[in-house]
Amino acid sequence: MAIKDKLSGNEAIAVAMRQIDPDVVAAFPITPSTEVPQYFSQFVANGQVHTEFVAVESEHSAMSACIGAEAAGARTMTATSSQGLALMWEMLYIAASLRLPIVMSVINRALSGPINIHNDHSDSMGARDSGWIQLYCENNQEAYDNLIQAIRIAEHKDVQLPVMVCYDGFITSHAVENIELIEDEKVKEFIGEYKPQYSLLDRDNPISMGPLDMPAFYFEHKRAQAEAMKNAKRVILEVAQEFEKLTGRKYGYFEEYKMEDAEVGIVIMNSTAGTAKFVVNELRKQGIKAGLIKLRVFRPFPFEELGKALSHLKAVAIMDKAESFSTAGGPLFTEVRSAMFDYAKDTKAVSYIYGLGGRDVRPDEIMGVYKDLLEIARTGQVKSTFNYLGVRE
Amino acid sequence: MGRMIEIRWHGRGGQGAKTASLLLAEAAFDTGKYVQGFPEYGPERMGAPITAYNRISDEPITIHSNIYEPDYVIVVDETLVSAVDVTAGLKKDGAIVINSAKDPEEFRPLLKGFEGKIYTIDARKISVEELGRYFPNVPMLGAIAKITKLMDEDAFIEAMERSFHHKFATKPHVIEGNMRALKRAMREVKGL
Repeated sequence: MAIKDKLSGNEAIAVAMRQIDPDVVAAFPITPSTEVPQYFSQFVANGQVHTEFVAVESEHSAMSACIGAEAAGARTMTATSSQGLALMWEMLYIAASLRLPIVMSVINRALSGPINIHNDHSDSMGARDSGWIQLYCENNQEAYDNLIQAIRIAEHKDVQLPVMVCYDGFITSHAVENIELIEDEKVKEFIGEYKPQYSLLDRDNPISMGPLDMPAFYFEHKRAQAEAMKNAKRVILEVAQEFEKLTGRKYGYFEEYKMEDAEVGIVIMNSTAGTAKFVVNELRKQGIKAGLIKLRVFRPFPFEELGKALSHLKAVAIMDKAESFSTAGGPLFTEVRSAMFDYAKDTKAVSYIYGLGGRDVRPDEIMGVYKDLLEIARTGQVKSTFNYLGVRE
Repeated sequence: MGRMIEIRWHGRGGQGAKTASLLLAEAAFDTGKYVQGFPEYGPERMGAPITAYNRISDEPITIHSNIYEPDYVIVVDETLVSAVDVTAGLKKDGAIVINSAKDPEEFRPLLKGFEGKIYTIDARKISVEELGRYFPNVPMLGAIAKITKLMDEDAFIEAMERSFHHKFATKPHVIEGNMRALKRAMREVKGL
């Protein structure tokens, strides 16, 4: 029987970490992720986990310690936000290229400057090419569920890549909502014991990690890393299927909400997807065929699947909570539209950048996006491809 | 039912409006509701105006924006009535609850033409008499539970008691005073 509870996103993540009981957690506090290591360190102090908790002096050191621990064969986790993730930057690439299945919660917060503690996706979007798998979460339940699945995905022998589980700072991290937890022993059984294929402490099979890689081999190692990411696509769905058997909760690359007969839709990630579902319901009451796709897996990117899922729409808005300064739309827009070039050529696509630095996104604003889409669907004309939502111009 | 109730809290940093919104969410959860309790984080410091929110519903809640048209507004510090637009967006058939020794109608002229119901509760007096210190939270919770009738009164009181036993596990001597403050507030709220 599932355990019904009410927890904030950060509490839910800390509970999941207690249930996972990793060998090592190395973390440095930064708003709004601070509560995750804070709550978890209480579990350590209470003896509820066997974890070695390493209180480091910076996020660069946090990720470095995670890399060392994971390379030694320890199941390793951490959490961070914003500048903390930025300070980890070079180590993120090293964790991925050493094929170390570290699992990290990224509690999304805007990057400085100007300094801002509130939510947008500029931190994790900036890390999108670092070689980490990225899962995005609408609410506390998905954060909890994704973290547990992340262990299995990361450690799978065909993957062996680190995973970021991203959820919205404050909106999800600090809001208390209903949640269904899985029993401790079932989580333990689901994730299984960690048996790394290669580790520095495996004296019978000595290896070296992170040596100089000359032009003769670097390219092949990168190619192998890309292949692992490709394998992750399969593994993510396999793990999701098993997770559904355990909990009844269904996960894929993305959630399609009222998409079957939809004529207009939006592609969006994290907590605003929930607000947009509320808007879709309102539109449906008026007989308007609106739908939405909430992307869960951004890395690896479900190119073909997402492209095909949009092919029957007349118009779609792709919504980014990050500015990439390309002057050609946010990072989600450029990738989704690229997929649409092959699979949804007849669907008109527009970009909206929204909610930067914690700017609240109201239902009536999302309603405005759908109204714009209906106009595009009606006329077949796109007046403005690149748009901002809720900003003073 | 089936309707979602939206509540906005106004308090000053350090008075526990955020904690109160979380306690209300807990109590509503305990009586079988779907809940949200969340603060709006600003540059908080002791004494600065802060806002917190609750959504309570019989159905799952997906909306994740702040609350702009609340059914209820709770003012934990009456000096905020003239400092902050506390009735902004408050529904006409909604209600406002103010922590004050004054009578509800004394606030009407300050509330910018608000036509709905006004309630007051002297949370300071109740808190000081029952707890020996000024913690307005619990009396405010008692008042809002009484006014909204969101939860069965007995179920609410039981849920709060469970919550206190959890929250004050290391200082059980304060539980009794808090329970008295809660029940007194439910009786003494003015404007019913």
